[in-house]
Amino acid sequence: MSVTETTQDRAAPIRPNQGPVAWARANLFSTWYNALLTLLIAYVLARAIPGIIDWALVKASWTGDAAACREAGGACWAFLAEKWRFILFGTFPDDQHWRPTLAILSMIGTLVVSADRRFWGKALIYIWTVGIGFSALMMFGGVLGLDYVPTELWGGLPLTLALSIVGLVASFPLGVLLALGRTSDLPVMRGLSVVYIELVRGVPLISILFMASVMLPLFLPAGVSIDKVLRALIGICLFSAAYVAEVVRAGLQAIPKGQVEAAQALGLGYWQRQRLIILPQALSLVIPPLVNSFIASFKDTSLVIVIGLLDLLSTAKAALTDPAWRGFYKEAYLFVGVIYLLFCYALSRYSRYLETVLGQGRRR
Amino acid sequence: MSDSNATATKAAAPPGRAAFHLSINNPIVRAVLAQLGVALAVALVAWYLVGNTMDNLARLSIASGFGFLDREAGFQIGETLVEFGPQDHYSTAFLVGILNTLKVSGIGILLATLLGVVLGIARLSSNWLVARIAAFYVETVRNVPLLLQLFLWYGLLTEGLPGPRQALAPLPGVFLSNRGLKLPAPADDPIWAWVAALFGLGIILTLVIAAWNAKRQAATGKRLSMLPIGLGLVFGLPLLVLLASGGGAIDMPVLQGFNFRGGMTLSPEFAALLFGLVIYTAAFIGEIVRSGILAVPKGQTEAATALGLTRGQLLRLVVLPQALRVIIPPTTSQYLNLTKNSSLAVAIGYPDFVSIANTTINQTGQAVEGVLSIMAAYLIISLSLSFLMNWYNSRVALVER
Repeated sequence: MSVTETTQDRAAPIRPNQGPVAWARANLFSTWYNALLTLLIAYVLARAIPGIIDWALVKASWTGDAAACREAGGACWAFLAEKWRFILFGTFPDDQHWRPTLAILSMIGTLVVSADRRFWGKALIYIWTVGIGFSALMMFGGVLGLDYVPTELWGGLPLTLALSIVGLVASFPLGVLLALGRTSDLPVMRGLSVVYIELVRGVPLISILFMASVMLPLFLPAGVSIDKVLRALIGICLFSAAYVAEVVRAGLQAIPKGQVEAAQALGLGYWQRQRLIILPQALSLVIPPLVNSFIASFKDTSLVIVIGLLDLLSTAKAALTDPAWRGFYKEAYLFVGVIYLLFCYALSRYSRYLETVLGQGRRR
Repeated sequence: MSDSNATATKAAAPPGRAAFHLSINNPIVRAVLAQLGVALAVALVAWYLVGNTMDNLARLSIASGFGFLDREAGFQIGETLVEFGPQDHYSTAFLVGILNTLKVSGIGILLATLLGVVLGIARLSSNWLVARIAAFYVETVRNVPLLLQLFLWYGLLTEGLPGPRQALAPLPGVFLSNRGLKLPAPADDPIWAWVAALFGLGIILTLVIAAWNAKRQAATGKRLSMLPIGLGLVFGLPLLVLLASGGGAIDMPVLQGFNFRGGMTLSPEFAALLFGLVIYTAAFIGEIVRSGILAVPKGQTEAATALGLTRGQLLRLVVLPQALRVIIPPTTSQYLNLTKNSSLAVAIGYPDFVSIANTTINQTGQAVEGVLSIMAAYLIISLSLSFLMNWYNSRVALVER
């Protein structure tokens, strides 16, 4: 189109979205390099997709043993049919698998219900007490005629969920305290908080987990031993508290100084001020990043494999060591990967939704 | 501690002759008491833990301290940048580990930045297919644990590839097998040292000319095109010398018996770790780059176009300098994350620092020293990296006058 054209000369504007051809022209072939890219990608997809379909569906085996799988040459879904219970529940007693199933459902239910903003407030405390309490009852047993199942036998998805949910809930108070310490005027509190936060954030989670697993027993008096799962939980708590603290600090810094001064003028003391005025506002500001840090901690729990816990990823890896079923790592990791993806994607969509909804009041 | 308390109290005390009541209701007294309380509590807990640890170590008859570093390590390390044998000391093993960590993180940061920038731009592409594929990549990769991805890559690189005899050869001299990736390498020839030196010299000269060029542009408005000059100096100069000397000797990998000889090897462990780290971190960097570009107001682009800047100038002079301010701080955290995540090497058997320290802990029982060394090493790396990035950030940050 030349610049000298006047409005009268111009034909009716071409509307995009007018049929697939116009759409393709606007979105796939707008310039010569876009056209080139489109063709290149189309070529690669045309080469790759039939192969993937072939592997995942056409040549796949859904039943039979490992030999039949190798014969067919495609994906071995029979491996998952054989191992899915072990991957999901680990070494939890076979005849009791309904218990971790109910525990998982109860934990997911608790998360889903607390995602609804209508329940935010006091109701949330009751929901969590009931939901998480019920899950714990199902996992531990020992009362109401249920067999006691020690944590050594826990594994798979319930362990992953328990470590990340309990880890985040337990690290939350410590994180808030650290954030308050870091923004405080008192040099001792500030110094200790800064040192803790920076120290923990500067080292990999693995080293904290090693510390929890090999050094924690050394810290305790002789003869006192603590459970392996609890050790991992302590490590995860200490780690995520530092990250929660930084998220909360961002919220605290966003509260205008006038709020503090107004609260002081009303004669409120430090803790009253924080509890009634500052923290409610700061925390509601940082709910979306808190959901994000929950996603991170959910993914990070997979590292407990290095200290020998059987979480969801470890059970998948352990299922692969069965000599009869060696080599079906793609199927195992795909299965576990999809579970992680479902959880994390749902959570990250939720975090983005919250950002828009909660941000509405502040938008101009 | 008490010193800083005293000065803080003095500083906080109201000026003049305000009466100082020694009462629990006095905010200053309360502040001092609270701080003393917390400091005391922390000290007590630390004293209790250290005391227990000392007792336990004595009971297990483990000598505390770093004396074990001078003892013979007695284990082999698969990949080393310096000479290492089983007779060498634990201190050398630690050095090997740190160098391996630095190697994988350094290369990883470089590649993740490149891939991340491409991804960030791709998600904003006007080509629907490109934008969709980039979005799909980011959403999938970000929401699956890195460790799972590492296991998958490691599986693909070891079990998924054929043995050395049936190795894939995508290019002449490049072999892909379950023993890793074999590449041709420069042979032991002095000409390569010259090439490397000229490459470094080319970079320095380019930087000097670029600085002079910027000054000249500010003074006269004239500007030399830097791209051909830079490319010529950095790549052309070494290439010219190489050609003039008749080309350097190259060590080609050859299949001999059951394995390859010669050439350069990327072990499956290193390759899996590097792939995993780069692919995972690039997804995050891509999102940062995208938000950085989106943060530059549209009016800026329009104004620059109205001034007659070309697309290249628009990107280089208007969009990038502003986008970098938004991009650099979060990218720094991603670099730190990549470095810390390289510790997952321990799960797939690449001998990084954590993996070597872990072996040392298992052999010597020096758990406290081992974990402390790991933490100290990562703290030093993290602090240096963030210092470097903060320095760079301060150079591109907005200077408000």
